[in-house]
Amino acid sequence: MSKELIEKIVESVLQGRRNKDDEGIEEGLAGEPGVAELVEEALEAGIDTNDILLNGLSRGMELVGQKYETGEYFIPDMLTAAEAVEAGMAVMEPHLVREGTSGAKGKVVMATVEKDLHDIGKNLVSIMLKGAGFTVIDLGIDVPAARIVEAAEEEGAGLVGLSALLNTTMSNMSDVVKELEEKGLRSQIKVIIGGAPTSEDFAREIGADSYGKDAFAAIREAEKLLNN
Amino acid sequence: MSERGIIVHKPYARLNREQIEMIDKASLDLLENPGILCYHEESVSLLEKAGAKVKSTREGEHDAWWVSIPANVIKEALDTVPSKVTLGARKPENRVIIEAEGNRVHFGSGSETNYWLEVKPETFVSKENGHERVIPVLKRNRGNLDYLCRSAHLAEQLDNLDFFIRNVNVQDADITTGNKDVNVFFASLNNITKPVVSGVADIDQLEKVVRMAEIIAGGKEELIENPVVSFITSVIKSPLQVVAETAEKLIAIARLGLPVVISTSPQGGSTAPIDEVGMVAQVNAEALAGITINQLANPGAPVIYGAVPVRARMDDLHDMYGVPEFCHYNMACAQMARYYKVPCYSTAGVGDAKVPGIQASVEKMFTYTAVPFAAPGLIHYAFGLLDKTQTFCPEQAILDNHKIGMAKFLYRESGVNEEAIERTKKTVEEVMHSPYRMYARYARGMLRRGEIFAGFPFEGESEDQDQTLLVVHERLKELEAKEPQYLSAEICKQIFEEIPGLLPRLNPYKEDK
Repeated sequence: MSKELIEKIVESVLQGRRNKDDEGIEEGLAGEPGVAELVEEALEAGIDTNDILLNGLSRGMELVGQKYETGEYFIPDMLTAAEAVEAGMAVMEPHLVREGTSGAKGKVVMATVEKDLHDIGKNLVSIMLKGAGFTVIDLGIDVPAARIVEAAEEEGAGLVGLSALLNTTMSNMSDVVKELEEKGLRSQIKVIIGGAPTSEDFAREIGADSYGKDAFAAIREAEKLLNN
Repeated sequence: MSERGIIVHKPYARLNREQIEMIDKASLDLLENPGILCYHEESVSLLEKAGAKVKSTREGEHDAWWVSIPANVIKEALDTVPSKVTLGARKPENRVIIEAEGNRVHFGSGSETNYWLEVKPETFVSKENGHERVIPVLKRNRGNLDYLCRSAHLAEQLDNLDFFIRNVNVQDADITTGNKDVNVFFASLNNITKPVVSGVADIDQLEKVVRMAEIIAGGKEELIENPVVSFITSVIKSPLQVVAETAEKLIAIARLGLPVVISTSPQGGSTAPIDEVGMVAQVNAEALAGITINQLANPGAPVIYGAVPVRARMDDLHDMYGVPEFCHYNMACAQMARYYKVPCYSTAGVGDAKVPGIQASVEKMFTYTAVPFAAPGLIHYAFGLLDKTQTFCPEQAILDNHKIGMAKFLYRESGVNEEAIERTKKTVEEVMHSPYRMYARYARGMLRRGEIFAGFPFEGESEDQDQTLLVVHERLKELEAKEPQYLSAEICKQIFEEIPGLLPRLNPYKEDK
């Protein structure tokens, strides 16, 4: 029974179905329980949260990643799967808090830097991080360096993710690094950057800890930086 | 009903009705005066019997006749032309049905090029920094039977290729005038299950080719029902001259009741006026003359209006395909064929460039997106042609298959209707109330249904080198590694027993071939 439910969660993640109202990749699935309902059912059945998390949600995302690598899945598939995992995590959250394991993978503050209004890349990384089990505080677009640092400090985030699409705004990323240094937070809070004009060299130049060339690289780097 | 090809919704009407009628009138006037210069006695006699005025003359060493064809002779011939023609195929699902007034466009190969362009990746070392780099080295080889087999096998696997016109001129030492046709038809038919359309080099070989096709189709009547071979005759030598040998083939094919394309290929600036009006009036007259001879020989025989007008280069008078005038000529001809209710054969996708690359891509994409919008039933020359029609490159054919896929996507309907509008409003509302306001979730359905174009599949990974040709070369190797769908052993045996002149090395079932 429990194995069967966990498999259904994996399948629903693969189909990118948050709840019963969602269509899947295959047609005719609307009306069937989605990840949220299945996780609820699993918790009611007394299945261990760790089992749901590792063998259901994380396993589902792992398979989605493999399908992406082989070209079977595309970005929309990855995003919808991550959203489905997020829906499952929302159901799990009160249980994880009770067990003291909430946000076990770490907290990440995400933002598009000041004067930059672009959010596709930043949203992509935010959704994927959530799907991978991180707690994400997304501050949105055009966020001043001081606000990013303030939020990271308040939330106790271990990582700040910065995004920029413009040559003219990417330099604002270095303000965040400087602000962290000035506030004496640099050793506790790591910085990862990304966005079309940025590069590994640029990350090094401004003193960031890492560079994510795409959303998947960003997730891998976040795992490394937060020692998961 | 043919499922192959693509329906072009609302074909582009370059000419209005009045302009079409003006061209029609001009062409009919030209056929009456100056008329055609005909080198073929039987054609002259068919035309004369139908009401044309004939005056004999001498052109160099040859007998010839000035034939003045009155409009009513042309119109009566057009009345007997079937408006629907089927190009048969070894696999029934691969048949192509062309309807004169329909909007379904099919893409095919051709022409008989002299060279096969081989792509060979080689590693070079930079003199400047010692870095190694793989570069595609190109080599032109003379066409042969092996290349022809390979091109037919490749054509079988190109999903946007609907009919096969042999694209390699075979120049093997053991190929002669007496055995060329049977061998090229067999090489084609044995490697492809799609319609095979071709010219016949030697009239004496026609009977053998047709017998081969009968064996494949399953008999005489079966061949009429499913003509696994159709023919092309370049009966007109522009301007307005009927060639004796080709006219003889045209009449023979008409009497066999097999489909034939009347192909006329004037060059604007040398053998036809370069301006659109002049070119279209003349090429239309030439096509009408060929159709008329065909119908007089056998009223009701399946015939296709094949206009292949090209423009001359002004520096050397070579053909020029990748230019706007070429598109104008061809789009106007497609409209003329539609006006006469005769299925149309047109042209797109020839690269004037000698090698694959930027020039070839520009020229090809330009005509792929323009000419088919006029919705001719058949578009030939569409795969792998370079250096005008001198060179065939298989990698280029794979690239062209992709370009045609892109162009086909362009012809699709807009999809605007009440249901779509309601769905759009609902989606936008849902997205606006979602955390990240992204539409990715809603793109999935279209992605899975193939409603989103997949993008360019041959991207390289280098940031300072165009690697497209290297990627396509790998794709070619994968396609060539697949086993061809040969004719059955039984059919091959019968063909080799009955048809003289076939080279044993073409028989896939002969152990020591």
